Amino acid sequence: MKKRGQTLFFDKPPRIQGAAAVAGPKEGLGPFGPDFDKVHQDVRAGENSFERGERRMFLEAAALAMQKAGVTDREVDFLLAGDLLNQIISSGFVARELSIPYFGLYGACSTFGEIVALGTVLVDAGFADTVLGITGSHNCGAERQYRYPTEYGVQRPATAQWTATGAGAVVLGLEGDILVRAVTVGKVHDLGIKNPFNMGTAMAPAAADTIYSHFQDSGLEPKQVDLIATGDLGTVGREVNIALLERQGLDISDRYIDCGVMMYYSHQQVEAGASGCACSAIVTIAHLFKRLRQGDLRRILVVPTGALHSPTSYLQGDSIPCIAQAILFETTKGGETKWGHT
Amino acid sequence: MTRHAELEKRQAEEKISEYKSIYGPKQPKPPLAKNLFYAFVVGGLICVLGQFIKNTFIRLGFTPEQAGNPTVAAIIFLGSLATGLGFFDNLARVAGAGTAVPVTGFANAITAAAMEFRREGLVLGVGGKMFSLAGSVIVFGVVAAFIVGLLYAL
Repeated sequence: MKKRGQTLFFDKPPRIQGAAAVAGPKEGLGPFGPDFDKVHQDVRAGENSFERGERRMFLEAAALAMQKAGVTDREVDFLLAGDLLNQIISSGFVARELSIPYFGLYGACSTFGEIVALGTVLVDAGFADTVLGITGSHNCGAERQYRYPTEYGVQRPATAQWTATGAGAVVLGLEGDILVRAVTVGKVHDLGIKNPFNMGTAMAPAAADTIYSHFQDSGLEPKQVDLIATGDLGTVGREVNIALLERQGLDISDRYIDCGVMMYYSHQQVEAGASGCACSAIVTIAHLFKRLRQGDLRRILVVPTGALHSPTSYLQGDSIPCIAQAILFETTKGGETKWGHT
Repeated sequence: MTRHAELEKRQAEEKISEYKSIYGPKQPKPPLAKNLFYAFVVGGLICVLGQFIKNTFIRLGFTPEQAGNPTVAAIIFLGSLATGLGFFDNLARVAGAGTAVPVTGFANAITAAAMEFRREGLVLGVGGKMFSLAGSVIVFGVVAAFIVGLLYAL
Protein backbone atom coordinates (compact mmCIF):
# COMPACT_ATOMS: atom_id res chain seq x y z
CA MET A 1 0.00 0.00 0.00
CA LYS A 2 1.26 3.47 -0.84
CA LYS A 3 -0.06 6.94 -0.10
CA ARG A 4 0.60 9.97 -2.23
CA GLY A 5 -1.21 13.18 -1.29
CA GLN A 6 -4.81 12.20 -0.55
CA THR A 7 -4.67 9.03 -2.61
CA LEU A 8 -4.08 5.42 -1.54
CA PHE A 9 -2.67 2.92 -4.02
CA PHE A 10 -2.95 -0.82 -3.45
CA ASP A 11 -0.22 -3.38 -4.15
CA LYS A 12 -2.57 -6.34 -4.31
CA PRO A 13 -5.73 -4.50 -5.24
CA PRO A 14 -8.82 -5.82 -3.45
CA ARG A 15 -11.57 -6.97 -5.77
CA ILE A 16 -15.30 -6.78 -6.15
CA GLN A 17 -16.16 -10.37 -5.30
CA GLY A 18 -19.89 -9.82 -5.60
CA ALA A 19 -22.28 -6.90 -5.93
CA ALA A 20 -26.03 -6.44 -6.16
CA ALA A 21 -28.47 -3.57 -6.64
CA VAL A 22 -32.10 -3.44 -5.53
CA ALA A 23 -34.27 -0.57 -6.78
CA GLY A 24 -37.63 1.04 -6.19
CA PRO A 25 -40.44 1.34 -8.75
CA LYS A 26 -39.47 4.71 -10.24
CA GLU A 27 -35.83 3.64 -10.65
CA GLY A 28 -37.04 0.41 -12.25
CA LEU A 29 -38.74 2.47 -14.95
CA GLY A 30 -35.51 4.35 -15.66
CA PRO A 31 -32.82 3.42 -18.19
CA PHE A 32 -31.15 0.91 -15.84
CA GLY A 33 -34.37 -0.95 -14.93
CA PRO A 34 -33.30 -4.20 -16.64
CA ASP A 35 -29.82 -4.07 -15.04
CA PHE A 36 -30.99 -4.10 -11.41
CA ASP A 37 -30.95 -7.45 -9.62
CA LYS A 38 -34.38 -6.74 -8.19
CA VAL A 39 -36.98 -4.02 -8.73
CA HIS A 40 -39.74 -3.47 -6.19
CA GLN A 41 -43.13 -2.43 -7.52
CA ASP A 42 -44.21 -1.36 -4.03
CA VAL A 43 -42.45 1.74 -2.69
CA ARG A 44 -42.55 0.22 0.82
CA ALA A 45 -41.17 -3.11 -0.48
CA GLY A 46 -44.04 -4.96 1.17
CA GLU A 47 -43.41 -3.46 4.63
CA ASN A 48 -45.68 -1.04 6.48
CA SER A 49 -43.38 1.99 6.53
CA PHE A 50 -40.86 3.60 4.20
CA GLU A 51 -38.08 3.06 6.73
CA ARG A 52 -38.82 -0.65 7.04
CA GLY A 53 -38.99 -0.89 3.26
CA GLU A 54 -35.53 0.63 3.04
CA ARG A 55 -34.21 -1.95 5.51
CA ARG A 56 -35.72 -4.78 3.49
CA MET A 57 -33.97 -3.50 0.36
CA PHE A 58 -30.68 -3.34 2.27
CA LEU A 59 -31.06 -6.96 3.40
CA GLU A 60 -32.03 -8.18 -0.06
CA ALA A 61 -29.08 -6.42 -1.70
CA ALA A 62 -26.73 -7.86 0.94
CA ALA A 63 -28.07 -11.40 0.50
CA LEU A 64 -27.75 -11.22 -3.29
CA ALA A 65 -24.23 -9.77 -3.15
CA MET A 66 -23.07 -12.47 -0.71
CA GLN A 67 -24.69 -15.16 -2.85
CA LYS A 68 -22.84 -13.88 -5.93
CA ALA A 69 -19.59 -13.71 -3.96
CA GLY A 70 -20.08 -17.26 -2.70
CA VAL A 71 -19.90 -16.36 0.99
CA THR A 72 -22.30 -16.45 3.92
CA ASP A 73 -22.63 -13.74 6.55
CA ARG A 74 -20.64 -15.83 9.05
CA GLU A 75 -17.66 -15.86 6.69
CA VAL A 76 -17.61 -12.09 6.15
CA ASP A 77 -15.06 -10.31 8.33
CA PHE A 78 -16.60 -6.82 8.52
CA LEU A 79 -19.80 -5.05 7.61
CA LEU A 80 -19.62 -1.38 6.60
CA ALA A 81 -22.94 0.35 6.08
CA GLY A 82 -24.47 3.80 5.98
CA ASP A 83 -27.68 5.56 4.98
CA LEU A 84 -29.48 8.91 5.13
CA LEU A 85 -31.96 8.32 7.94
CA ASN A 86 -31.33 9.90 11.34
CA GLN A 87 -28.87 7.86 13.43
CA ILE A 88 -28.32 5.70 10.31
CA ILE A 89 -31.03 3.34 11.51
CA SER A 90 -31.26 1.31 8.29
CA SER A 91 -27.63 0.29 8.69
CA GLY A 92 -27.81 -0.48 12.41
CA PHE A 93 -31.03 -2.47 12.07
CA VAL A 94 -29.65 -4.43 9.12
CA ALA A 95 -26.47 -5.19 11.10
CA ARG A 96 -28.76 -6.64 13.77
CA GLU A 97 -29.93 -9.25 11.24
CA LEU A 98 -26.44 -10.16 10.03
CA SER A 99 -23.84 -11.83 12.19
CA ILE A 100 -20.94 -9.63 11.11
CA PRO A 101 -18.73 -7.17 13.08
CA TYR A 102 -20.11 -3.79 12.07
CA PHE A 103 -18.94 -0.24 11.36
CA GLY A 104 -21.69 2.35 10.79
CA LEU A 105 -20.64 5.15 8.43
CA TYR A 106 -22.17 8.45 7.42
CA GLY A 107 -21.08 10.33 4.33
CA ALA A 108 -24.54 11.39 3.17
CA CYS A 109 -24.86 10.55 -0.54
CA SER A 110 -21.10 9.85 -0.76
CA THR A 111 -21.41 6.88 1.62
CA PHE A 112 -20.84 4.36 -1.18
CA GLY A 113 -17.39 5.89 -1.76
CA GLU A 114 -16.57 5.87 1.93
CA ILE A 115 -17.59 2.20 2.23
CA VAL A 116 -15.53 1.04 -0.74
CA ALA A 117 -12.53 3.13 0.39
CA LEU A 118 -12.48 1.81 3.96
CA GLY A 119 -13.41 -1.74 2.95
CA THR A 120 -10.56 -1.80 0.47
CA VAL A 121 -8.12 -0.58 3.11
CA LEU A 122 -9.23 -3.36 5.49
CA VAL A 123 -8.73 -6.05 2.82
CA ASP A 124 -5.45 -4.65 1.49
CA ALA A 125 -4.02 -4.36 5.00
CA GLY A 126 -4.77 -8.04 5.54
CA PHE A 127 -7.27 -7.51 8.36
CA ALA A 128 -10.06 -9.01 6.29
CA ASP A 129 -10.57 -11.45 3.45
CA THR A 130 -14.09 -10.28 2.75
CA VAL A 131 -15.87 -7.08 3.66
CA LEU A 132 -19.55 -6.49 3.02
CA GLY A 133 -20.63 -2.92 2.27
CA ILE A 134 -24.25 -1.82 2.06
CA THR A 135 -25.79 1.57 1.42
CA GLY A 136 -29.00 2.96 0.03
CA SER A 137 -31.72 5.53 0.38
CA HIS A 138 -35.48 5.92 0.12
CA ASN A 139 -37.18 8.80 -1.60
CA CYS A 140 -40.13 9.07 0.79
CA GLY A 141 -38.03 8.38 3.90
CA ALA A 142 -35.64 11.16 2.91
CA GLU A 143 -38.46 13.54 1.89
CA ARG A 144 -40.23 13.33 5.25
CA GLN A 145 -36.98 13.70 7.18
CA TYR A 146 -35.19 16.38 5.18
CA ARG A 147 -38.04 18.22 3.45
CA TYR A 148 -41.82 17.93 3.66
CA PRO A 149 -44.43 15.20 4.16
CA THR A 150 -44.63 13.19 0.92
CA GLU A 151 -48.17 14.32 0.06
CA TYR A 152 -47.45 18.01 0.68
CA GLY A 153 -47.94 19.99 -2.51
CA VAL A 154 -44.98 22.16 -3.50
CA GLN A 155 -43.48 23.34 -6.73
CA ARG A 156 -39.98 21.94 -7.04
CA PRO A 157 -37.34 24.36 -8.34
CA ALA A 158 -35.44 23.35 -11.50
CA THR A 159 -32.29 22.68 -9.44
CA ALA A 160 -34.05 20.21 -7.08
CA GLN A 161 -33.07 16.55 -7.14
CA TRP A 162 -34.99 13.36 -6.49
CA THR A 163 -33.65 11.06 -3.77
CA ALA A 164 -33.42 7.62 -5.36
CA THR A 165 -35.01 4.57 -3.75
CA GLY A 166 -32.86 1.47 -3.62
CA ALA A 167 -29.93 -0.29 -2.02
CA GLY A 168 -26.58 -1.46 -3.27
CA ALA A 169 -24.28 -4.01 -1.67
CA VAL A 170 -20.71 -5.01 -2.51
CA VAL A 171 -18.53 -7.81 -1.21
CA LEU A 172 -14.90 -6.73 -1.34
CA GLY A 173 -12.52 -9.66 -1.33
CA LEU A 174 -9.61 -11.41 -2.96
CA GLU A 175 -11.42 -12.78 -6.01
CA GLY A 176 -13.29 -11.20 -8.88
CA ASP A 177 -12.54 -9.47 -12.16
CA ILE A 178 -13.05 -5.86 -11.04
CA LEU A 179 -10.40 -4.42 -8.78
CA VAL A 180 -10.06 -1.27 -6.72
CA ARG A 181 -6.78 0.22 -7.89
CA ALA A 182 -6.77 3.48 -5.96
CA VAL A 183 -8.86 5.59 -3.61
CA THR A 184 -8.74 9.37 -3.16
CA VAL A 185 -10.11 10.59 0.15
CA GLY A 186 -11.86 13.92 -0.25
CA LYS A 187 -11.71 17.08 1.83
CA VAL A 188 -14.84 18.87 2.97
CA HIS A 189 -15.59 22.04 0.99
CA ASP A 190 -18.18 24.72 1.56
CA LEU A 191 -18.46 27.68 -0.79
CA GLY A 192 -21.45 29.27 0.84
CA ILE A 193 -24.42 27.58 -0.84
CA LYS A 194 -27.32 27.48 1.63
CA ASN A 195 -30.14 26.27 -0.60
CA PRO A 196 -30.87 22.55 0.01
CA PHE A 197 -32.76 22.53 -3.30
CA ASN A 198 -29.50 23.27 -5.10
CA MET A 199 -27.25 20.50 -3.85
CA GLY A 200 -25.49 20.03 -7.17
CA THR A 201 -24.04 23.54 -7.01
CA ALA A 202 -23.14 23.03 -3.34
CA MET A 203 -21.29 19.75 -4.01
CA ALA A 204 -19.51 20.61 -7.28
CA PRO A 205 -16.43 22.22 -5.61
CA ALA A 206 -15.89 19.08 -3.49
CA ALA A 207 -16.16 16.85 -6.56
CA ALA A 208 -13.84 19.05 -8.61
CA ASP A 209 -11.22 19.13 -5.85
CA THR A 210 -11.26 15.35 -5.32
CA ILE A 211 -11.04 14.66 -9.08
CA TYR A 212 -8.22 17.18 -9.47
CA SER A 213 -6.35 15.70 -6.50
CA HIS A 214 -6.80 12.20 -7.88
CA PHE A 215 -5.15 13.09 -11.17
CA GLN A 216 -2.39 15.02 -9.38
CA ASP A 217 -1.63 12.16 -6.99
CA SER A 218 -1.89 9.30 -9.47
CA GLY A 219 -0.07 11.00 -12.34
CA LEU A 220 -2.83 9.79 -14.64
CA GLU A 221 -4.39 11.99 -17.27
CA PRO A 222 -8.12 12.08 -17.90
CA LYS A 223 -7.63 10.36 -21.27
CA GLN A 224 -6.13 7.33 -19.47
CA VAL A 225 -9.46 6.79 -17.70
CA ASP A 226 -12.35 5.55 -19.84
CA LEU A 227 -15.08 7.17 -17.79
CA ILE A 228 -15.44 9.55 -14.87
CA ALA A 229 -18.74 9.27 -13.01
CA THR A 230 -19.74 11.64 -10.23
CA GLY A 231 -22.41 10.52 -7.77
CA ASP A 232 -25.29 12.96 -7.76
CA LEU A 233 -24.34 16.43 -8.96
CA GLY A 234 -27.34 16.46 -11.31
CA THR A 235 -27.53 18.47 -14.52
CA VAL A 236 -26.65 21.78 -12.84
CA GLY A 237 -23.80 20.53 -10.64
CA ARG A 238 -22.34 18.57 -13.54
CA GLU A 239 -21.98 21.74 -15.63
CA VAL A 240 -20.46 23.62 -12.70
CA ASN A 241 -18.00 20.76 -12.05
CA ILE A 242 -16.85 20.81 -15.69
CA ALA A 243 -16.35 24.59 -15.47
CA LEU A 244 -14.39 24.31 -12.20
CA LEU A 245 -12.05 21.63 -13.57
CA GLU A 246 -11.55 23.56 -16.81
CA ARG A 247 -10.25 26.49 -14.78
CA GLN A 248 -7.67 24.13 -13.29
CA GLY A 249 -6.68 22.91 -16.74
CA LEU A 250 -8.47 19.54 -16.69
CA ASP A 251 -10.85 18.80 -19.53
CA ILE A 252 -13.00 15.79 -18.65
CA SER A 253 -16.13 16.72 -20.60
CA ASP A 254 -15.77 14.02 -23.30
CA ARG A 255 -15.70 11.16 -20.77
CA TYR A 256 -17.75 12.47 -17.90
CA ILE A 257 -21.17 11.30 -16.72
CA ASP A 258 -23.14 11.89 -13.54
CA CYS A 259 -25.06 8.97 -12.00
CA GLY A 260 -27.80 11.38 -10.90
CA VAL A 261 -28.30 12.58 -14.47
CA MET A 262 -28.37 9.00 -15.82
CA MET A 263 -30.74 7.43 -13.27
CA TYR A 264 -34.06 8.55 -14.77
CA TYR A 265 -35.48 9.42 -18.18
CA SER A 266 -36.18 13.11 -18.67
CA HIS A 267 -39.95 12.47 -18.79
CA GLN A 268 -39.83 11.09 -15.22
CA GLN A 269 -40.04 14.62 -13.81
CA VAL A 270 -37.07 14.73 -11.50
CA GLU A 271 -35.85 18.23 -12.34
CA ALA A 272 -32.02 18.19 -12.09
CA GLY A 273 -31.73 14.39 -11.58
CA ALA A 274 -31.35 11.80 -8.86
CA SER A 275 -29.55 11.99 -5.50
CA GLY A 276 -29.24 9.88 -2.37
CA CYS A 277 -26.89 7.14 -1.18
CA ALA A 278 -28.60 4.74 -3.58
CA CYS A 279 -27.79 6.90 -6.59
CA SER A 280 -24.06 6.32 -7.05
CA ALA A 281 -24.28 2.84 -5.47
CA ILE A 282 -26.88 1.24 -7.72
CA VAL A 283 -25.77 2.97 -10.93
CA THR A 284 -22.17 1.85 -10.32
CA ILE A 285 -23.16 -1.70 -9.36
CA ALA A 286 -25.85 -2.31 -11.97
CA HIS A 287 -24.54 -0.30 -14.90
CA LEU A 288 -20.85 0.59 -14.60
CA PHE A 289 -19.73 -2.79 -13.22
CA LYS A 290 -21.63 -4.48 -16.04
CA ARG A 291 -19.75 -2.40 -18.60
CA LEU A 292 -16.43 -3.15 -16.89
CA ARG A 293 -17.21 -6.88 -17.03
CA GLN A 294 -18.16 -6.60 -20.69
CA GLY A 295 -14.77 -4.98 -21.30
CA ASP A 296 -16.44 -1.96 -22.89
CA LEU A 297 -14.83 0.12 -20.12
CA ARG A 298 -11.42 -0.80 -18.70
CA ARG A 299 -10.73 1.82 -16.07
CA ILE A 300 -13.26 4.15 -14.45
CA LEU A 301 -13.16 6.78 -11.75
CA VAL A 302 -16.32 6.80 -9.62
CA VAL A 303 -16.74 9.90 -7.45
CA PRO A 304 -19.68 9.68 -5.01
CA THR A 305 -20.61 13.12 -3.68
CA GLY A 306 -22.33 14.04 -0.44
CA ALA A 307 -23.86 17.08 1.28
CA LEU A 308 -23.16 17.00 5.01
CA HIS A 309 -25.93 19.30 6.26
CA SER A 310 -29.07 18.55 8.25
CA PRO A 311 -32.51 20.17 8.51
CA THR A 312 -31.32 21.77 11.77
CA SER A 313 -28.19 23.33 10.27
CA TYR A 314 -30.29 24.61 7.35
CA LEU A 315 -32.92 26.20 9.61
CA GLN A 316 -30.14 27.85 11.61
CA GLY A 317 -28.91 29.50 8.43
CA ASP A 318 -25.69 27.53 7.88
CA SER A 319 -24.28 26.80 4.46
CA ILE A 320 -23.80 23.23 3.20
CA PRO A 321 -20.44 21.45 3.72
CA CYS A 322 -19.81 18.86 1.01
CA ILE A 323 -17.49 15.93 0.32
CA ALA A 324 -16.53 13.65 -2.56
CA GLN A 325 -14.56 10.38 -2.54
CA ALA A 326 -12.94 8.98 -5.68
CA ILE A 327 -12.54 5.27 -6.39
CA LEU A 328 -10.53 4.01 -9.36
CA PHE A 329 -11.95 0.69 -10.59
CA GLU A 330 -10.28 -1.47 -13.22
CA THR A 331 -11.19 -4.70 -14.93
CA THR A 332 -8.76 -7.60 -15.23
CA LYS A 333 -10.37 -8.77 -18.48
CA GLY A 334 -7.71 -8.89 -21.17
CA GLY A 335 -4.76 -8.54 -18.80
CA GLU A 336 -4.14 -6.04 -16.03
CA THR A 337 -3.75 -2.41 -16.97
CA LYS A 338 -0.51 -0.82 -15.87
CA TRP A 339 0.67 2.70 -15.46
CA GLY A 340 4.28 3.54 -14.73
CA HIS A 341 3.71 5.85 -11.83
CA THR A 342 2.92 3.46 -8.99
CA MET B 1 -10.47 40.08 15.50
CA THR B 2 -6.77 39.61 14.81
CA ARG B 3 -5.30 40.72 11.50
CA HIS B 4 -4.68 37.12 10.53
CA ALA B 5 -8.29 36.08 11.15
CA GLU B 6 -9.49 39.14 9.24
CA LEU B 7 -7.33 38.20 6.27
CA GLU B 8 -8.65 34.64 6.32
CA LYS B 9 -12.21 35.86 6.43
CA ARG B 10 -11.63 38.17 3.47
CA GLN B 11 -10.02 35.33 1.49
CA ALA B 12 -13.00 33.07 2.21
CA GLU B 13 -15.40 35.78 1.07
CA GLU B 14 -13.38 36.28 -2.12
CA LYS B 15 -13.55 32.55 -2.82
CA ILE B 16 -17.31 32.57 -2.35
CA SER B 17 -17.84 35.51 -4.68
CA GLU B 18 -15.49 33.98 -7.23
CA TYR B 19 -17.54 30.77 -7.09
CA LYS B 20 -20.72 32.80 -7.57
CA SER B 21 -19.36 34.09 -10.86
CA ILE B 22 -18.76 30.48 -11.99
CA TYR B 23 -22.05 28.87 -11.00
CA GLY B 24 -24.26 31.90 -11.61
CA PRO B 25 -24.44 31.55 -15.41
CA LYS B 26 -25.05 27.78 -15.10
CA GLN B 27 -28.24 28.09 -13.04
CA PRO B 28 -31.49 27.25 -14.83
CA LYS B 29 -34.08 30.02 -14.98
CA PRO B 30 -37.45 29.21 -13.42
CA PRO B 31 -40.12 28.94 -16.15
CA LEU B 32 -41.88 32.09 -14.95
CA ALA B 33 -44.44 32.46 -17.76
CA LYS B 34 -45.49 28.80 -17.52
CA ASN B 35 -45.70 28.93 -13.70
CA LEU B 36 -47.76 32.12 -13.75
CA PHE B 37 -50.10 30.68 -16.37
CA TYR B 38 -50.80 27.44 -14.48
CA ALA B 39 -51.11 29.25 -11.14
CA PHE B 40 -53.66 31.62 -12.70
CA VAL B 41 -55.68 28.88 -14.39
CA VAL B 42 -55.74 26.36 -11.51
CA GLY B 43 -56.14 29.03 -8.80
CA GLY B 44 -58.89 30.63 -10.86
CA LEU B 45 -60.69 27.31 -11.33
CA ILE B 46 -60.58 26.63 -7.58
CA CYS B 47 -62.15 30.05 -7.00
CA VAL B 48 -64.83 29.35 -9.63
CA LEU B 49 -65.58 26.07 -7.85
CA GLY B 50 -65.77 27.97 -4.53
CA GLN B 51 -68.18 30.48 -6.04
CA PHE B 52 -70.32 27.66 -7.41
CA ILE B 53 -70.46 26.02 -3.96
CA LYS B 54 -71.31 29.36 -2.36
CA ASN B 55 -74.12 30.00 -4.86
CA THR B 56 -75.47 26.52 -4.13
CA PHE B 57 -75.57 27.29 -0.40
CA ILE B 58 -77.35 30.59 -1.12
CA ARG B 59 -79.87 28.74 -3.26
CA LEU B 60 -80.39 26.36 -0.33
CA GLY B 61 -81.48 29.30 1.82
CA PHE B 62 -78.25 30.70 3.34
CA THR B 63 -77.72 34.47 3.25
CA PRO B 64 -74.58 35.54 1.27
CA GLU B 65 -72.84 36.29 4.64
CA GLN B 66 -73.78 32.93 6.14
CA ALA B 67 -72.69 31.02 3.00
CA GLY B 68 -69.02 32.00 3.44
CA ASN B 69 -68.10 29.60 6.25
CA PRO B 70 -69.65 26.41 4.85
CA THR B 71 -68.02 27.21 1.50
CA VAL B 72 -64.57 27.40 3.12
CA ALA B 73 -65.32 24.13 4.94
CA ALA B 74 -66.29 22.47 1.64
CA ILE B 75 -63.09 23.63 -0.10
CA ILE B 76 -60.99 22.45 2.88
CA PHE B 77 -62.74 19.09 2.64
CA LEU B 78 -62.03 18.82 -1.08
CA GLY B 79 -58.36 19.82 -0.58
CA SER B 80 -57.96 17.19 2.12
CA LEU B 81 -59.73 14.56 0.02
CA ALA B 82 -57.45 15.26 -2.95
CA THR B 83 -54.45 14.95 -0.61
CA GLY B 84 -55.71 11.66 0.80
CA LEU B 85 -56.36 10.26 -2.67
CA GLY B 86 -52.80 11.18 -3.55
CA PHE B 87 -53.18 13.60 -6.44
CA PHE B 88 -53.00 16.99 -4.69
CA ASP B 89 -49.18 16.99 -4.68
CA ASN B 90 -49.07 16.20 -8.40
CA LEU B 91 -51.44 19.07 -9.15
CA ALA B 92 -49.53 21.45 -6.85
CA ARG B 93 -46.26 20.64 -8.59
CA VAL B 94 -47.67 22.22 -11.73
CA ALA B 95 -50.00 24.81 -10.21
CA GLY B 96 -47.68 26.18 -7.47
CA ALA B 97 -49.29 29.22 -5.89
CA GLY B 98 -52.55 28.34 -7.68
CA THR B 99 -53.20 25.58 -5.12
CA ALA B 100 -51.13 27.00 -2.24
CA VAL B 101 -52.82 30.40 -1.89
CA PRO B 102 -56.49 29.29 -1.68
CA VAL B 103 -57.47 27.48 1.52
CA THR B 104 -56.71 24.22 -0.33
CA GLY B 105 -53.01 24.78 0.46
CA PHE B 106 -53.77 25.01 4.16
CA ALA B 107 -55.93 21.87 4.03
CA ASN B 108 -53.15 20.02 2.20
CA ALA B 109 -50.49 21.07 4.72
CA ILE B 110 -52.51 19.65 7.63
CA THR B 111 -53.71 16.47 5.93
CA ALA B 112 -50.32 15.64 4.42
CA ALA B 113 -48.61 15.98 7.81
CA ALA B 114 -51.31 13.94 9.57
CA MET B 115 -51.04 11.15 6.99
CA GLU B 116 -47.26 11.15 6.97
CA PHE B 117 -46.89 10.57 10.70
CA ARG B 118 -49.66 7.98 11.08
CA ARG B 119 -46.98 5.28 11.56
CA GLU B 120 -45.64 7.14 14.60
CA GLY B 121 -48.96 6.69 16.42
CA LEU B 122 -52.19 8.63 16.88
CA VAL B 123 -51.09 10.86 19.76
CA LEU B 124 -47.43 11.73 19.14
CA GLY B 125 -47.62 11.05 15.40
CA VAL B 126 -50.86 12.36 13.92
CA GLY B 127 -51.75 14.67 16.82
CA GLY B 128 -48.27 15.96 17.47
CA LYS B 129 -47.14 16.49 13.89
CA MET B 130 -50.42 17.51 12.24
CA PHE B 131 -49.71 21.21 12.58
CA SER B 132 -45.96 21.01 11.95
CA LEU B 133 -46.40 22.89 8.66
CA ALA B 134 -49.69 24.72 9.18
CA GLY B 135 -48.97 25.66 12.81
CA SER B 136 -47.14 28.85 11.87
CA VAL B 137 -50.04 29.89 9.61
CA ILE B 138 -52.38 29.55 12.59
CA VAL B 139 -50.04 31.32 15.03
CA PHE B 140 -49.38 34.30 12.80
CA GLY B 141 -52.98 34.32 11.57
CA VAL B 142 -54.24 34.62 15.14
CA VAL B 143 -51.63 37.27 16.03
CA ALA B 144 -52.48 39.30 12.92
CA ALA B 145 -56.22 38.98 13.62
CA PHE B 146 -55.63 40.16 17.20
CA ILE B 147 -53.70 43.24 16.06
CA VAL B 148 -56.26 44.06 13.37
CA GLY B 149 -59.04 43.58 15.99
CA LEU B 150 -57.28 46.00 18.33
CA LEU B 151 -56.90 48.60 15.57
CA TYR B 152 -60.55 48.13 14.61
CA ALA B 153 -61.69 48.66 18.24
CA LEU B 154 -59.71 51.92 18.42
